[in-house]
Amino acid sequence: MRTQLTFAGIMLGLLSCFCGVPSSAQEAQVGTLPGNAKHGHELYQRYCIFCHGKYGDGRGESAPYLDPKPRDFTAATFKCRSTPSGSLPLDSDLYDTITRGIHASGMPSWRPLSRQERVDLVAYIKSFSPKFTEEKPAAPVVIPPEPASSPDSVKRGAELFQTMNCWACHGKEGRGNGPSAATLTDSKGNPVTPFDLTSGTKLKCGDSDAGIFRDLTTGLDGTPMPSFTDAMKPDQIWDVVHYIASLRAAGKDHTKLASTQVPPSRQ
Amino acid sequence: MRTVIRCLCSSVAFIVLTIVSSLPVVSVPLPDSAGSVAGTVKFAGVAPKGTRIDMSFDPNCVKAHATPATTQEIVVGAGGGLQNVIVYVSDGLNGKTFDPPPQPAVLEQKGCVYQPRVIALQANQKLDVKNDDATSHNIHPMPVNNREWNKTQPPGVPIEESFAREEVAIPVKCNIHPWMRGYIAVFKHPYFAVTDKDGNFDLKNLPAGTYTITAWHEKLGTQTQKITVGTGETPKLNFVFKQ
Repeated sequence: MRTQLTFAGIMLGLLSCFCGVPSSAQEAQVGTLPGNAKHGHELYQRYCIFCHGKYGDGRGESAPYLDPKPRDFTAATFKCRSTPSGSLPLDSDLYDTITRGIHASGMPSWRPLSRQERVDLVAYIKSFSPKFTEEKPAAPVVIPPEPASSPDSVKRGAELFQTMNCWACHGKEGRGNGPSAATLTDSKGNPVTPFDLTSGTKLKCGDSDAGIFRDLTTGLDGTPMPSFTDAMKPDQIWDVVHYIASLRAAGKDHTKLASTQVPPSRQ
Repeated sequence: MRTVIRCLCSSVAFIVLTIVSSLPVVSVPLPDSAGSVAGTVKFAGVAPKGTRIDMSFDPNCVKAHATPATTQEIVVGAGGGLQNVIVYVSDGLNGKTFDPPPQPAVLEQKGCVYQPRVIALQANQKLDVKNDDATSHNIHPMPVNNREWNKTQPPGVPIEESFAREEVAIPVKCNIHPWMRGYIAVFKHPYFAVTDKDGNFDLKNLPAGTYTITAWHEKLGTQTQKITVGTGETPKLNFVFKQ
């Protein structure tokens, strides 16, 4: 009896090495909280499946009615990250997106879920793409301390807005109506509109100056919004951040009529 | 007990054999045994004319062209040769691996178009992207098998990247200048070529063997043919595409 059990045990052990039985290794970690994909799966089926789909490919039942489309997790390309363009996101990036939601989209804030539940969801979402096991995310981009804004900084930012060709999509006044705006599609071919920087509405990946600096450095992967890490030095990126802040401040003047801010593709 | 040990030994032996037989074999063909496959890709029928591209929103782009640029989806030479076809070995290398060459492949943005329009390189080979224009571009490859990135490139600033996985072919675009279109094909081996303006290609240094050769065009689809290359032989292979 003991011989047979030992034999069975050894064979099972060997089999489990080759049959992909999930190990008890951590599947995600945010801060000190480890994430468990099995728990995440249960939460996903309750909260996420209707938009993001059973296979995590963004083709849930609600997806045809949503614009922008729900993220396809199988592609492992994410907009809101702290890592360079082309890199996977950190676990904390996915956690932050789940917590904050994405403004001006169907992705709500999931703050009502507990922290543990949100980390479990991160673990499950990572299981949709083998890229998360094949590669590691790059080190997060460095955000240096922000220099104080000044009229000179805003002016330099305005000049960079021209020479970096931001205006081609965002428009000469930042209203999202540049000459190339109507041609833009995301990497799945869905039409997308460049952000109206004068609208005063919150940005998708976080609203602080540091958040804008980070977005300009990382780019929003999967969209036409590129990374400027090869194009501008950190001081120049801060100048552009200050210029953008000046556009947004002007936009928060609610006496301006909303009709001047309708993006071209929705006219 | 003896049965357990015997089963364990044979299991271990099986595992070891499986691992050893799947180890990659790095192969460098000997010069005197290397053959090649060369040929021409032609376009049958009347070559379609490209349509004029409106670059007017960016005067830096307009200035670079004496006559307005036209779309370059199907480019046919004087003798009917089809340019920008990627011809490559798609089967027959039997899992051999090849190190990427040290020299980079070079992709230029000139006159607000990609030159070359279609480029092929090896996995993990460096790609040097150059901006020779007086205006900023963004380089945005949209792969399925590789990592997607998107970077702005001001005039004269070099960008170096590489792709880790095989993919035929990754479309590249510039979001700023929406007419810009290119393709990057990535291979795990060095047996690929992009046809020149006369439709010619030459897959050099091919060891003896039977291969499947695939020809890919961005609009006209894919064709395959099988060919056997004997030691030192240089058989010819031709393709014909039509709309």
